[in-house]
Amino acid sequence: MNRFTLIWRNLWRKPIRTVFTMLAVLVVFFLFTVLEGLRIAFSMSDVGVEAQERLLTSHKVSLIMMLPVAYQSRIARLPGVDAVSHGTWFGARYQDNPEFAQYPVVAEEYLALNPEIKLSDAQREAWLENRGGAIVGRPVATQYGWEIGDIVPLKSSIWTRNNGSNVWEFEIEGIFDDTDAGMNAGVVLFHYDYFDEARAFGKGTVGWYVSRGDGSLPLDSLMASIDSEFENSPAETKTKTEAAFAKAYAQQFGNIGLIVTLILSAVVFMILLVTGHTMAQSVRERIHEMGVLKTLGFTSGSIFRLTILEGLLLVLPVGILAMLLGWVTLLAVAAAMGAMFPAGLDIGISSVVLGLALMLAISLGSVLPPVIRALRLDIVALLRTT
Amino acid sequence: MAEQLIRLDGVSKNYRKGREIVRVLDGINLGIDKGDFVGLMGPSGSGKTTLLNLLGGLDKPTKGVVEVAGRAISALSSGALARWRSGNIGFVFQFYNLLPVLTAARNVALPLLLTSLPASRRKQHVNTALHLVGLAERASHYPRELSGGQEQRVAIARAIVSDPPILLCDEPTGDLDRTTADEIMGLLQQLNRDYGKTVVMVTHDPRAASFAHRVLHLDKGELGVAPEEIH
Repeated sequence: MNRFTLIWRNLWRKPIRTVFTMLAVLVVFFLFTVLEGLRIAFSMSDVGVEAQERLLTSHKVSLIMMLPVAYQSRIARLPGVDAVSHGTWFGARYQDNPEFAQYPVVAEEYLALNPEIKLSDAQREAWLENRGGAIVGRPVATQYGWEIGDIVPLKSSIWTRNNGSNVWEFEIEGIFDDTDAGMNAGVVLFHYDYFDEARAFGKGTVGWYVSRGDGSLPLDSLMASIDSEFENSPAETKTKTEAAFAKAYAQQFGNIGLIVTLILSAVVFMILLVTGHTMAQSVRERIHEMGVLKTLGFTSGSIFRLTILEGLLLVLPVGILAMLLGWVTLLAVAAAMGAMFPAGLDIGISSVVLGLALMLAISLGSVLPPVIRALRLDIVALLRTT
Repeated sequence: MAEQLIRLDGVSKNYRKGREIVRVLDGINLGIDKGDFVGLMGPSGSGKTTLLNLLGGLDKPTKGVVEVAGRAISALSSGALARWRSGNIGFVFQFYNLLPVLTAARNVALPLLLTSLPASRRKQHVNTALHLVGLAERASHYPRELSGGQEQRVAIARAIVSDPPILLCDEPTGDLDRTTADEIMGLLQQLNRDYGKTVVMVTHDPRAASFAHRVLHLDKGELGVAPEEIH
């Protein structure tokens, strides 16, 4: 018999209540971890340095409106512009899977502007030589089980071919890693020439331009310069950093993320209240016994510590286990849905700290008030309680 | 001449009940010798339990001094008083006050958690105490698995396990039948006679009081000798 035995036996005073409380804690922190992972994924807060410095120019009205391909040379001529290329939203799905990102691009220009795309020289050469070839971000290849040499059909919801079909076939020539885990991590890139020639409409247009400054002008000035170049034209532009664009793009998911977060937060909060109430009730039931312990010579301080440790023991191990389970679940979901979460799903150290802080808050917040109230009473009053 | 262990000098205790002040004890002077067995009787509300609480350092007097072994415990802080209690007082309550989540042996071991004894010595002390009260074979039983008399024996084992010089008993037979009550009183008498424990016992039961060396009568907060003793 030691003090831990006393804490442990008190913890299991009502085993069913303890098990249900632990289950509630497990659910709370599992949900918390999964939510944190989704929140981080939707907020795309980890966009890399390259994306902070690249500029993205789209139609001023909407991203779905196209820009003339001739804008490329006009942007390239502007003072302060080092390089420019373009991309277009292809909007296709593979088999019955959800739509994901594919861009027709000018290969060499695009790779030069996106050095975070890591592709072996052999695969790069193979792609450049094959007009119908494509390269794929590793998360997408993993999710769909694609390998080099596979011919994959993608069904576009926007672009039909000259022959009326909207199914486009590409031969996988390379699988790349994206060291920034940014916009390109989960995409399929294929040749713009092939796309432009084969599409039934919209020839000679692109979705957006990507450019990089040469450092002679601040980014704000460069963005203003690009947009003023096309002012009062039929297709006016809006230029942002790629990071800002990615964030705005994520807003459409972000709103869904926000709704899910709000609903689940309410659930988590309700479970927290119930858990806290149960733990507080368990302490209140023992006020008489606190009087007995004080009679035997236990000080208020030692009873306080015993009760606090019991609260921590009830929440911390289960909470940490739940966070581990949540984290494993996030990794499994990211592996299974690489195209939807190309940057992966994970939680950061701040989420872990927040989770631990929540665990402490539940333990202490539910145990402290009744135990402090009890220990303020004198022993005679404690012994009188039933 | 016997050594005086407990001394109460002009002890009064008042409680506030709303605006009214209730005088529970009024100027009590009392001396109890080492090895004495004192019974405290009196009608309900006469202040018997309050007096016992003052002797055990569970409560503090409004006025006066409570001295045990030459130490004025009424002046100690609550923390110091808790430490003092753990080494000097064993309490036996009417309703046993065992912790239901602990076995008999673990209940008995509770006061030893406050000592620096190693686990093996603590176990030895617990076995000795349980053996003394005749419940060694029930060590692993929970309170709910014991009869009232057995629970009270466990409570007595818990009271003596750290070998305090004083046992304070608040109606220790109040919840027991006649035969069991006699057994418990026999046990307390044995602890007093053979182990030199000073026993102060509050009781309503004249039969239990007859085991004491002397019986004091408390009425309306004032102490007197019990009528039986006068006769």
